Parts: sequence; C-alpha cells; structure tokens
Amino acid sequence: MGIYFMIFVLAVYFLISLFNIDLIFSSLQFSFLIFKNILPAFILIFILMIIINYYIHPKQVDNLIGKSAGIKRWAFAVIGGIISTGPIYLWYPLLKDLNKRGVSHGFIATFLYNRAIKIPILPLFIFYFGIEYAVVLMIVMILASLVQGFIFEAIEKHIY
Amino acid sequence: MNNDFKKAIKSSVKSLYNSLPVIVGVVLLISIVNVLIPKSFYLKIFNKSNLLDLFIGSSLGSIFAGNPITSYMLGGELLKEGIGLLAVTSFIVAWVTVGLVQLPAEIIMLGKKFAILRNVISFIFSILVATVTVSIINNL
Repeated sequence: MGIYFMIFVLAVYFLISLFNIDLIFSSLQFSFLIFKNILPAFILIFILMIIINYYIHPKQVDNLIGKSAGIKRWAFAVIGGIISTGPIYLWYPLLKDLNKRGVSHGFIATFLYNRAIKIPILPLFIFYFGIEYAVVLMIVMILASLVQGFIFEAIEKHIY
Repeated sequence: MNNDFKKAIKSSVKSLYNSLPVIVGVVLLISIVNVLIPKSFYLKIFNKSNLLDLFIGSSLGSIFAGNPITSYMLGGELLKEGIGLLAVTSFIVAWVTVGLVQLPAEIIMLGKKFAILRNVISFIFSILVATVTVSIINNL
C-alpha cells in the first residue's frame, strides 16, 4: 500500500515537471532539507523501537500504557507526545507496532495530539504570542488531547 | 549479540523499511504543497470577520503541513495584518493537529477509520480549543 502511495506522489511530480521543471527542483531541494532535519529523529525512533522490541514484552506494554495501566497511561501519552521529536509521520511505524501489542487508539490519539506542544520551540511561541497565551493554549490543548483519547476509547469497541 | 536482540533489530528494521515509501511520499507531498502555495496566499484568504475567519483558520491549518515553527511565524504575521486571535489560534492548532497532506500516510499506517476520525475530531477541536483559549485570555 505504501509503495502505491509513493508511486502516486512520484506521478504527481512527473506531471508537474511537464509544465514547470523549476518547481520540481525547488520542491526536491525543500525535501532534501526536510530529510536532513528528520534524520536525527528517525535514528531516535529506530533506537526506541529496538528498545521496545527487546526489553518490553506485550504484558509490560499493557502494564505501562495498555488499558490495565489505568490513569498512568494517559500521563505517558501526554508526556510522550510532548517530548517526542521530529514530524508526526515518523512516529506512525512505532505507534502501529504499539497498537499491534494492544495499545488503544485512545492512547495513540492523545499522544498524537500532544505532538503539537513542543518545549524546545516554546520560547519562539512566547516571542510571537506572549507567555500568558502560551500557557493557556498549552493547558487547553492537553485537556483537549485527553478528551480526544477518552472519545476514542469510548467508541473503539463499536468501530474497530 | 544474543538472539532476542538480533530479533528486536530485525523487526525494527523491517517495520521502518516498510514505512519508508510512506515517509518519502509524505515528505515529497509536503514539499510540493509548500512550493506551490506562496506565503502571501495565507494573508489574502482571511476575511477579517471573526466567525468565518475561525473556520478559514482551521481549514487552512488542516490543509497545509509542516514545521510548527512555520505556523508560529505565519500566525505572527497574520496577527500583525489585523487577523483576529481566534482565527490565528484555530490556524495554529489545526496546523499541528490535523494533516490532510499526511492523511494518506496515516491511513496506510494506522488504519482508515482511525485516521479519518482522528482528523475530523481534531478539526472540530481546533475550533473549540481556539474559542476556549481566546475566551480565557479575554477574561484574564
């Protein structure tokens, strides 16, 4: 499935190149910059996947971030989402693996929502919008992420 | 190196290798969208009416993807141009929580129902989060 998606995108590039080849060069340059920026996060995720595959067995996954972990798993989802680096799509493989090990869609939704809060770039956010606004938005977003997680857990058994 | 560790590496490599076409596809798609749409476009599309701009902010933020830093800079520029905080907030929140460009990748990796539902809920939430945040700020 993934390969068809990439072929589709390459076909879009090919079509655009027929009309404007400069646009393609600019886009490829932009892509190169993205790849360069995401490389450290890609390596970090690879290491995390090895650690999880090696040290954490399905039973432990369940105890830490599975349904039997209770309230603890929401704290992991929020903190994990906030401290995780790199673009959102780099985390899909790891989340897919965790889902196979029994982690709920609610946890994944909360984790993904908290990817919006990034501590290292918070100073820049404060520079543009002020500290008061930054703190309020951060708190509202964390609460919204939890509500989203609860919604997914509530509907999970009906739709999956 | 013991067998379990080798297995863990093998399984992680396989997982990332299978995801590689999706990741490459998303990066190429994000790049072409960024190159095709000039930053001035964002300024032109807002209407300077609170309710409509709130919806426009969430919609624009949902369509485009990229680094959150870009959304902060664009948001800052929009504020300077007189666009309301409500619209700018919904734009920033949707930018980082909804991703139409990466939706095909999310569908492939995490499932169709989950990906579509998560993006729809996140779109609605971007409007709610913006409304709640700005209401609190206005009452502080």
